[in-house]
Amino acid sequence: MDPKIDVRTESSSMPSSIRTKEGDQWNSKPVSYKMYSKSAQIRLVSSHPEVYEPCDDSFALVDALLADRTNLLEHHPSLCMEVGCGSGYVITSLAIMLGQEVAGVHYIATDINPHAVQVTSETLKAHGVHAEVISTDIASGLERRLSGIVDVMVVNPPYVPTPEDEVGRDGITSAWAGGENGRRVIDRILPIADKLLSDRGWLYMVMLAANNPSQICLAMREKGYASRIIVQRSTEEESLHVVKFWRDSDIQVGAREPTTTSRTTSTTVMESLFSQFPRLAFWRNDNNSY
Amino acid sequence: MRLLTHNMLSCNIKGVTNGFPLRLEVEKFVEKEVDFSAEFLRNIFPKIEWKALVDAARSMGYAELPDEADSSMLDSDDFLKKFHHALLELHLEEGALICPETGRRFPVNKGIPNMLLHEDEV
Ligand SMILES: C[S@@+](CC[C@H](N)C(=O)[O-])C[C@H]1O[C@@H](n2cnc3c(N)ncnc32)[C@H](O)[C@@H]1O
Repeated sequence: MDPKIDVRTESSSMPSSIRTKEGDQWNSKPVSYKMYSKSAQIRLVSSHPEVYEPCDDSFALVDALLADRTNLLEHHPSLCMEVGCGSGYVITSLAIMLGQEVAGVHYIATDINPHAVQVTSETLKAHGVHAEVISTDIASGLERRLSGIVDVMVVNPPYVPTPEDEVGRDGITSAWAGGENGRRVIDRILPIADKLLSDRGWLYMVMLAANNPSQICLAMREKGYASRIIVQRSTEEESLHVVKFWRDSDIQVGAREPTTTSRTTSTTVMESLFSQFPRLAFWRNDNNSY
Repeated sequence: MRLLTHNMLSCNIKGVTNGFPLRLEVEKFVEKEVDFSAEFLRNIFPKIEWKALVDAARSMGYAELPDEADSSMLDSDDFLKKFHHALLELHLEEGALICPETGRRFPVNKGIPNMLLHEDEV
């Protein structure tokens, strides 16, 4: 393609990014960064001493969403939701990467930390995008009416293995404390995600090797979900995975494997997960992920 | 908080069976222009509890919505515009959501509803 045409296409999309109307304050702020960026800008992310700042796990999740962005755009979700939005970096990035091209996507973000919802709301505003922000435990208060209508859910949960009594404490501890195997909050979120997700719903979740991802994938498989690792990244302290789950009609719901073969199944899932690694670099060509 | 969110929230206190719709206590509301998407409105319409939306909009002084609505109305631009305005453009900024069964007040500050429960409510 002629690069000049590319440039013109870029600039002709300018008015649509400037046409942000959420709050008058945006009229006076430069919004041109939205043209160059498909995720939130760290310098525009608000903060508070008791709110989790964007970190390796947050970046891994946003990178996974970016890596899957073409699929997400085609998927054309109506309702996207983040559980545990913290600083708002992830939901803002999602709104930016989808918002400009897909009209009529609605975003909801929750966090149990009242400072976090405030900070998220500031971060969203600073980027000129909107999400409905709610201070609640996972999706409490939303579960009944939101059941079966969330098309995309993203979660970077508190996943660090800690003593049980650190889970759900006030303040910053609840941002990472995950109890035994780091699974306390994850294991509460999964059934709720299953309830809220629509038939075509997708879930993206950050987890550590210590959380036993293959066991999580197996548990989700029993609920009828296929899964795939979108990003795998080892930092000095942790081995991060971002796993995508989607309902697969080929998987029989509740089809528990007989105990004798469960080890085999577990191995199969592991293998299917790990066989995905070589494909990661070619995600653009991977059309059979859903 | 948009009225779409209000339409999706119920009282989450343990044992409450009639926790929807939450009554709006409006101290301050704002109108924010939102890009119109007929497709979104058509997608979400079947999920909306219409009466709850009508009453919520009225409590913000917007009485343009018909008392009853069915999907055939989604062909009317006039209807879609009003639906759009009520659902997405009216925001509760300050006030509260009141449980119809227990009277429990969930505060809304700076447009953010606080649905966190006290220990004895979970
Ligand atoms: C690891 S931080 C992730 C923050 C942000 N999403 C990011 O990626 O940077 C986990 C977040 O989940 C929130 N959280 C913990 N337990 C929660 C619960 N039960 N319901 C909702 N949010 C919760 C914490 O307050 C924290 O903001």
